[in-house]
Amino acid sequence: MPFWFELLLSALVLLGAFLTLVGSIGLAKLPDFYMRLHGPTKATTLGGGAVLLGSILYFSQQSGEISLHELLITLFLFITAPVGAHLMAKAALHHKTRKIKRTLDYHGKQ
Amino acid sequence: MSQLRRVWLPHPWLSFTLWLVWLLLNNTINPGHMLLGAILAILLPILTQSFWPESVSLARPKVLAKFLGVVLWDILVANLLVARLILGKKDHLQPAFLSIPLELESPLAISILANTICLTPGTVSCDLSADQKTLLVHALDAKQPQATIDEIKHRYERPLKEIFESCSN
Repeated sequence: MPFWFELLLSALVLLGAFLTLVGSIGLAKLPDFYMRLHGPTKATTLGGGAVLLGSILYFSQQSGEISLHELLITLFLFITAPVGAHLMAKAALHHKTRKIKRTLDYHGKQ
Repeated sequence: MSQLRRVWLPHPWLSFTLWLVWLLLNNTINPGHMLLGAILAILLPILTQSFWPESVSLARPKVLAKFLGVVLWDILVANLLVARLILGKKDHLQPAFLSIPLELESPLAISILANTICLTPGTVSCDLSADQKTLLVHALDAKQPQATIDEIKHRYERPLKEIFESCSN
């Protein structure tokens, strides 16, 4: 395995780990439920994507055949993460979960 | 002919996706799996027919491809943006609930829009009004709420409307 390839793989895996970490930090740090939802839905999709891209490249190079089934994990993440977030937000609205005071309620110019 | 197609291949795009997913799951392109995948791709839509009452037609493949490109790029940007917002000072964030008036009518297009909103910059879709005319969206940082709404309408809703609803009118 050439050196630049190893470098690329490490960069992808590290980037993925970093973004996932940021997502978790967001989950812990942000002040209310609705804002916390943003961390895990955004940062982790790309984080997971980067790790999986690394996996595709590594196993394709290792076995000499193109390995693409990781794409499915990305696809399922992209489908399930928003649906999960949407349902949690909807449940929270239904329960009238506390939101921080400065939250705007904007209904647009009609 | 079209009668035959409606019975055996009611949802060609669904079938094609299933076939592709089968090949990806098995991580192979050998002919046996291609055949088995094809059989499943034809059988499953027929067996689940009652879940898919309306057929989907993709009117503008080019617009769809462009839309997918834009969304993938936005997911990339959204992630970095949200990462920066999270790591920055939390007191500077201006969270907001935005009501977005919808022009889309087809349920599939609305769900794709809601899904896209969740994946892209700092917004999560929370609730669809009972008459399916407004979508409630929570934004992590909306200092100019109208600008955020306009961007969503312009960037995502318009192409979706072209893709899914141009053929019907």
